[in-house]
Amino acid sequence: MACTESECVADCVRRAETLAFADPPPHSIGYMPIYVPRELIHAAGLLPAGLYGGGDRLEIIRGDAYFQSYICRIPRSTIELALSGHLDRLDGMLFPSICDVIRNLSGMWQMLFPDRYVRYIDVPQNFDPAVGGRFWRHELETLRRDMERIAGRPIDDEALRNSIAVYNENRAAIRELYAQRSRAPWRFPLSEAYLVLRAGNSVPPEEHTALIRDYIRGAENDLSRREMDQSRVVLAGMFCEQPPHGLLVTLERAGCAVVDDDLFLGMRWIQGDIPLDGDPLQNLVDAYLTASATTASRYSPEGHRAKWLLESYRRNEAEGVIFCAPSFCDPALLEQPMLVAALDRAGIPHTEFKYSEDTGQFAVIREQAGTFSDSIRLWSAS
Amino acid sequence: MKENSMLLQKQLLADHFDALARARDEGKKVVYTFVPGNLNELVRSFDLLPVLPEINALQSGMRKLSGGYITEAEKSGHSEDVCTYVKCDIGMLRKGNIGPTGKPLPKPDLLLLSYTGCFTFMKWFELLREEYDCPVAMLHVPYQSEGRIEPHQREYIVQQLRSEIIPKLEQVSGREFDIEKLRSMLRLSSKAEDDLVWVLESAKNTPSPIDAFFAGVYYLGPIFSAFRGTEDAVQYYRTLRGEIEERIANKEGPITPDGPMKGERYRLVVEGPPNWTSFRDFWKMFYEEDAVVVASTYTKVGGLYDQGFRHDPDHPLETLADYALGCYTNLSLPARVDLLARYIRDYRADGFLVNSVKSCNSFSVGQLLMLRQLEERTGVPGAFIESDLVDPRYFSAANIKNRIESYLQMLDQKRGAA
Repeated sequence: MACTESECVADCVRRAETLAFADPPPHSIGYMPIYVPRELIHAAGLLPAGLYGGGDRLEIIRGDAYFQSYICRIPRSTIELALSGHLDRLDGMLFPSICDVIRNLSGMWQMLFPDRYVRYIDVPQNFDPAVGGRFWRHELETLRRDMERIAGRPIDDEALRNSIAVYNENRAAIRELYAQRSRAPWRFPLSEAYLVLRAGNSVPPEEHTALIRDYIRGAENDLSRREMDQSRVVLAGMFCEQPPHGLLVTLERAGCAVVDDDLFLGMRWIQGDIPLDGDPLQNLVDAYLTASATTASRYSPEGHRAKWLLESYRRNEAEGVIFCAPSFCDPALLEQPMLVAALDRAGIPHTEFKYSEDTGQFAVIREQAGTFSDSIRLWSAS
Repeated sequence: MKENSMLLQKQLLADHFDALARARDEGKKVVYTFVPGNLNELVRSFDLLPVLPEINALQSGMRKLSGGYITEAEKSGHSEDVCTYVKCDIGMLRKGNIGPTGKPLPKPDLLLLSYTGCFTFMKWFELLREEYDCPVAMLHVPYQSEGRIEPHQREYIVQQLRSEIIPKLEQVSGREFDIEKLRSMLRLSSKAEDDLVWVLESAKNTPSPIDAFFAGVYYLGPIFSAFRGTEDAVQYYRTLRGEIEERIANKEGPITPDGPMKGERYRLVVEGPPNWTSFRDFWKMFYEEDAVVVASTYTKVGGLYDQGFRHDPDHPLETLADYALGCYTNLSLPARVDLLARYIRDYRADGFLVNSVKSCNSFSVGQLLMLRQLEERTGVPGAFIESDLVDPRYFSAANIKNRIESYLQMLDQKRGAA
């Protein structure tokens, strides 16, 4: 018997949820948020596995002993995952330069697991092709050699072009999901879309792209989904340590339709397609220099820290912004006053709260988000 | 009674802050920059005056002003979770930007963002850029993740110096880059560095004539800040060396705020920065117990001179790159453990202590693992305390004193057992 559209979507979301919190499979290279050039890993026949902490599903037994109380949550759950054997099947770990915590975590990994492959991915903060570009190319050449060694096979340009094409498809599917969400957030609620995105951390990109497209098709055709009386908001600050899924559900129940966010930013770091002709490695370099997403851990030579947020607010016809950053997250929290000032100057409503990946009580957040949503609707109606 | 080197340093600082207070009237241009990996010789070669916000923050901490400044910043929306140096600086700015000598600091003409060993630096100057609306020159210093300086990292920095930093310094100063002037300043740096290393290594003597952490931060003042590459710094370190030579000859211990230390019962290595808001109380907890710090890592955030680095006038830009790459907080964690293990061995330490500060993730993340690894490698027991740089709310004197006393008692027992 054929399932109804709503049952198909529910199946898709269940599958996504199962994948979203799965251990990385064999022949994977783990990477921490935010950005690593996954194409280079994929081209070697390895799976790039995004590690976004243990969420609220992992009891921390040993991880807390490695970190002081004022350090954010994601390193302690990541260490816990490793010490409890969940990451044993990884062939290596990549730590991109996002903040001092992740940077030092790379050194802890070197000390705790001296026999495993560990690399710190030092993304350039200089965007001149002759300077930062040259440095980044050198970093990518090293990573390419390392992946070749681990995989035991060369990465030729054709394989790399193929991987770029695969990820172009994946990014296009994600862009479509975000566009659809922005148009009809009640049809593509964040609490579902989040799981669909998160699944991409533990399955091949081809499979993930198909999952996203299945979900979009199913949700589009699910006529039981009705427009809701919600306020359209942009979420900011969640690019690294992830909120518990329950928090996203809470925001929706509090009357917030999330029309844009910075969750899993690394999956859509490169804005647009990377060209397939010419030198594929140089294309990766150029894409980083010219088409990167804007976020707190990336330097903006031109200033205007809030430009991306204001653009998102306008493009998505949002009505407010929620700063929702992990406790002790230096990049997000140091940036926040600049973003708040810009929103104030533009007269855009906003509210702020913090979370950690294992936050279990949402009553206060629900009240705050609900009041915010109500105030937007009242304010908009007047 | 103050020694000549102390008076000399006090005068240096007073003169510098006077010069800053007069800068606008005299048409001098001002560059704000950070301590680790700073380009003081290059900045000074353009006759620009450096301001180091970290130094201002720690001075505010010592003068008991930082608590109010931090509150001021938090009231304006800065999170209680983030670096208190940043909040102290922002609060000080909101309260009129009065420097440590009571005179106002000039606004920057350039923010020279030397992004070395600390992510927060980047956000700090982005915040200041919003306040001052002045140009920023960004120097991205890659991390020594593999425990060594790679040639392409050096080259990356040199290219940034050529294409980004020097042009902006030329623009702000209205002067052309003078490489010979830079070389002559680097020559002076190297001279001062020789004497500084001699001073730091004097702690290998028994008794140690210096405290390499609490007094060490004073010794490092001139070379970490605005004076490296000047004749003043050369004279300061020569004077200091002379005083310490005399102390060694007389078998004297370090000078503390309460006078010379009489005995030396414990020789310690310290990892991490000091607390500035209760600096003297903190120091007293050590010297009252006849504990002397013989080596520390905080005194290496502005360069690992004791590991052989010297500014090299024959390779002026490359040496600035190596200097920035080599600062302590830019080292990988395994390299930091190696260095600490060497200190424990070379300085014949009885123990080591980690002061983990809430504000500084660059230092703090991984310190608990470092502690365990060091104990395993050296067989020397370690202690762990927590405080903050300039937030008085995070210095619990009774708790810290209790921990230090218990730790020293444990060292006694270990000796007795041996």
